[in-house]
Amino acid sequence: MSALEPTTPSVAKRGWVSRPFALTLPALILLAAVIGYPLLTIMVRSLSEPQWGVQNYLWFFGAPVNLTVLQRTFVISAWVTVVCVVCAYPYAYLMTAVGPRVRLVLVLCVLIPFWVSGVVRTLSWVILLQDSGVINSLLRAAGFDGIRLIRTQTGVVIGMAQVLLPFMILPLYSVMKGIDLRLMRAAQSLGARPSRAFFTVYLPLSLPGVYAGAIIVFILALGFYITPALLGGPRSTMLSTLVQTQVLSLLQWGRGGAMGVVLLVTTFVLLALAAPVMRSRYREAGRR
Amino acid sequence: MKPGQESKGAAIDLESISKAYGGFKALDGVSLRIEPGEFMTLLGPSGSGKTTTLNVVAGFTDLTSGKLLVGGRNVVGVPAHKRNIGVVFQHYALFPHMSVGRNVAYPLTLRGVDQAERKARVARALDMVKMGDFAHRYPSELSGGQQQRVALARAIVFDPPLLLMDEPLGALDKKLREWLQLEIKRIHRELGTTFVYVTHDQEEALVLSDRIAVFNRGRIEQVGTGRELYDEPTTLFVGRFIGDSTVLRGEARSDGVSTALRIAGETVTAPRRIAGEASPVMLLRPEKLAIRRPGQDAAGTSNRLPGTIAEAIYLGSGSKYEVRLADGSMAIVRTPLTGDSFGLGDKVELCFDGADAKLLADDSSADATLT
Amino acid sequence: MEMKPLTRVILGLVCLLVAIWLVAPTLVVVPMSFNENKSLAFPPQGFSWQWYLNFVTNPDWMSSFLNSVKVASIVAVLATVLGTLAAFGLDRMKARPANLLRMLMLTPMVVPGVVLAIGIYAVYLDAHLVGTLTGFVLAHTILALPFVLIAVSASLEVFDRRLETAAASLGAGALTAFRTVTLPLILPGILSGLLFAFATSFDEIVVSLFITNPYLKTLPVQIFSSITRDADPTVAAVGTILLFATTILIGGGMLLLGRERKGSQ
Repeated sequence: MSALEPTTPSVAKRGWVSRPFALTLPALILLAAVIGYPLLTIMVRSLSEPQWGVQNYLWFFGAPVNLTVLQRTFVISAWVTVVCVVCAYPYAYLMTAVGPRVRLVLVLCVLIPFWVSGVVRTLSWVILLQDSGVINSLLRAAGFDGIRLIRTQTGVVIGMAQVLLPFMILPLYSVMKGIDLRLMRAAQSLGARPSRAFFTVYLPLSLPGVYAGAIIVFILALGFYITPALLGGPRSTMLSTLVQTQVLSLLQWGRGGAMGVVLLVTTFVLLALAAPVMRSRYREAGRR
Repeated sequence: MKPGQESKGAAIDLESISKAYGGFKALDGVSLRIEPGEFMTLLGPSGSGKTTTLNVVAGFTDLTSGKLLVGGRNVVGVPAHKRNIGVVFQHYALFPHMSVGRNVAYPLTLRGVDQAERKARVARALDMVKMGDFAHRYPSELSGGQQQRVALARAIVFDPPLLLMDEPLGALDKKLREWLQLEIKRIHRELGTTFVYVTHDQEEALVLSDRIAVFNRGRIEQVGTGRELYDEPTTLFVGRFIGDSTVLRGEARSDGVSTALRIAGETVTAPRRIAGEASPVMLLRPEKLAIRRPGQDAAGTSNRLPGTIAEAIYLGSGSKYEVRLADGSMAIVRTPLTGDSFGLGDKVELCFDGADAKLLADDSSADATLT
Repeated sequence: MEMKPLTRVILGLVCLLVAIWLVAPTLVVVPMSFNENKSLAFPPQGFSWQWYLNFVTNPDWMSSFLNSVKVASIVAVLATVLGTLAAFGLDRMKARPANLLRMLMLTPMVVPGVVLAIGIYAVYLDAHLVGTLTGFVLAHTILALPFVLIAVSASLEVFDRRLETAAASLGAGALTAFRTVTLPLILPGILSGLLFAFATSFDEIVVSLFITNPYLKTLPVQIFSSITRDADPTVAAVGTILLFATTILIGGGMLLLGRERKGSQ
C-alpha cells in the first residue's frame, strides 16, 4: 500500500499538475481584486477621510447612539443563535434517527427554504408579520390585541432565525450523523439510563456541531442587512443598516468605513476564537 | 476455573427464545443453559442468530416469545441499563471524548462509587488487562488491540456476574488475536465470571470455550465441548462447520446394522445406521482417511475409493491433500510426514475404516450456509 | 437508540413545528400572488392572474429577470472553472499552504455583506463598473467561488488518488487519466458547485443593491425596491414562481440522485 501512496505519483511529475499553485492563481487574483482591494480601500478611507487620523473611530465609539446599535447587533445575533440552536438540535437529531423516506422529507424542508431566494423569504415575513398580517390576526383571535411584530426586535429575530436555521441544522446533522449510536448501547450496558447516556455521551459528542453551527449563524447574523432592513424599524436598526446610511445617504465614507472595519474585525476575531474549539482533540474520533 | 456453586458468575437460562423481524425468524426457539462461571461460546456463520441471542441477553433486543433468566431472575422487559451485564463490542465502543481512565470509571460513576474506591478499582481493572500506564490517553491514541483491552476493563470494572463479548477480536490481525485469546482465557480464570462469547471463528471457539453452542439459521444445532463437537457431531452442519471434513454422498442401502453407500460404482460401508427417513451421508475427519497407491496392500481398512490428487499442501508437521473422487466430490486427507508423498495428478486410493465414518442425515441447506 | 414513546412523540411534535416554521412562511406568497387588489394585506381578496401577467409584460420586471439569468449563467461557468482549478491546486499542495489558501478563498462567505458592498462600490465608482454586466459578474463570481470550492474539494477528498496511479500503470497519460478517471468521478461535485454558483448569483442582493443603477437591475434588486416602494403583489407572483422552480429543481435532483444511487448498488 505504501508503495502506491499518492504523495509523489509519477503521473503528477509532469504537465499541468506539477505546479498546483498555478491552478489557484486565477481565483487568487480575482479574490485580491474583488475582495482584497475593496476591503483595503475601506480601511484606508476610514483612516483618511476627511483627513488622516482615527477621528472616525473616535466618533464611532464616542456616540452613544452607535454603541446602542452595536450592542443591539450583538444581542439580536445572540438571540438568533440561541433560537437556532434550540430548534436545530432536535430537528437534526430526528434527521439521524428516522428512516430514509422521512429523512428525505426533513432534508427537503431544510433545503427548499435554504435555496428559495432570501429576498422572497423576507417578503413572506413582511406579509406575515405586518399589522394586518396572518400572525397578528391569529393573535387577535386568541385575545392578544395590539401586539406589534413588524419593526420590532422580536420580528427581526423571528425572521432572521428562520433564514439562518439551515446553517445551524446542516453542520449539526453532519456531526450527529457521524456519532456512533452503538456508543449509546455501550453506555446502557454499563448502567446508564437513556437520558444519562444522552447527556454523558451523545451531547458531548455533538457539541462540535453545535459550536460550528452557532459560530456560522452568529457571524452571518452580525452582518445581516436585508432582513433587519425590511422587518426592522428605527428601534431595531443593526450595524449594517447604519453603515449603508452613512455611505449611501450621508456620503460619509470615512465614518461608514470605520463601522465596516469594526464589523469586519469583530467577525474575524470571533472566527479566530472559534477555530481552536472546533479543532478539538476528539473531532475525528467517535466517527465511523 | 471449573464451573461450580462457589463461582461468582451467574447462570443463564434461555427457554425457547424466539425473535421475529416481520416474517423473518432471527431466533427460532433457542434453549440453552449456561452454568455459573462457564465460558460458553456461541458459534455460527453470520446471520445464524448468535449475535441476536447476545443482544437479547444484554437487553438491546426484545424477544418475541420465550423466557430468559439471568442468575435465576427473569429479565424479560428489564432495560439494558438495569441488567448489570458487562458487554464487549467488536467495534470497541470506547467513548472518544473521555480518557481511558474516565471510560473505565464511567460505570462506577453511574453507580455512585466514591472517588477513592473508583480510582482503586479503575487501576485494578486496567492492570488486569495490562493497560495500567494508559489511563490518561485518549482512545484515538491507542491501537485496536489496546482499545479492546480498555473496553474489556470497562466491562469488568463493575464486577458484573456475566460478561458478553460480541466478536471482540474480529477486527484484529491474527497474531494479536491469538495473544488476546490467551489473555481473555486468563482473565476468565481470574474473575470466575460467566463469559458468553460470540464468534464465527471455530478455531477461536475451540481455544477459548468450556462449551460451544453451534448456531445455524436461528436455531442451536448442537451444544458441547470442542471435542464432542469434533468427534461426535450430531448434524452434518456441525460436522462441517467444526474442523475439516470429507462428506461422502451416494445411493444408500441399510440392512439394520450397517449402511452402505454406492459412489460411482464403488461401495463403502459403515457398521451403523441412522434413524428416520433422511438419506444418510458419511462424514470423515482428515486424519481418519489414508491414501495409498492403487493396488497397494490396505490392511485394516475395509473401504477404498479411487481418486486423483488435486492439491498437495506441505504443512510442516505433515501434509494435506485434496483428492478428487470419481463422482467429482473432494476429500481432504491429512497424513503424517513419515508416509508416502504424492504429487498432483497421482492416481490414488482413499481408504478408511467404516467405524470412523460418522453417519449423519443429509442436509443440503448446510451447503448454502457454509459457502 | 431506543426512545421512550413519550420522548418520541414530543421530539416529533417539536420537529413538526420547526419544519412548519421553515417551510410554511414562504408559502404565504402563493395566495398573495392571486390577489385582486393591489395590496399585500392578508387575507387576499378575490382571484386574478394579473400579477403574473404584469411580471411577464412589465419591462422593469422582465428585464431584471433576464439580467439575473444572464449574470447567473456567466457566473456559474466562471466560478465553476476557477473554483475547480483552485480545488485541484489545493488538493495537490502541501497541507499547510493549502489550508491557508483555502481559508483565504473562503473569506467571501464570512465578510459581512454590507462591508464588502461598500468596498466594492467604492472601487467600482473609480473603475466605472457600477451598473455594468462585468461589475455584476466579477462581484458575484467571487461570492460564488467558495461554494464551488467546497463542493469540488469534498468530492476530491473522497477521490482515491491511487486510481490515477493505476490508470497510469495501465498506460494512460496524465491528461487521459484525468479525463477518463478523475473527471467522471468528481463530476457530481463540479455539477453541484455549478448549481450553487448559479443560485448564489441569482439570489445575491446586498452587493447588488450597491452596484446597481437604473439601467442594470437584477431580480432581487427589483424585488427589494418593489417591497420598499409599494405593496405590489407582483413580488408575490415572482416569489411563487421562484418557489416552485426551486422545489422542482431540488426535489427532482434528489429523486434522480436517489435513483442513481439505488441503481448503482
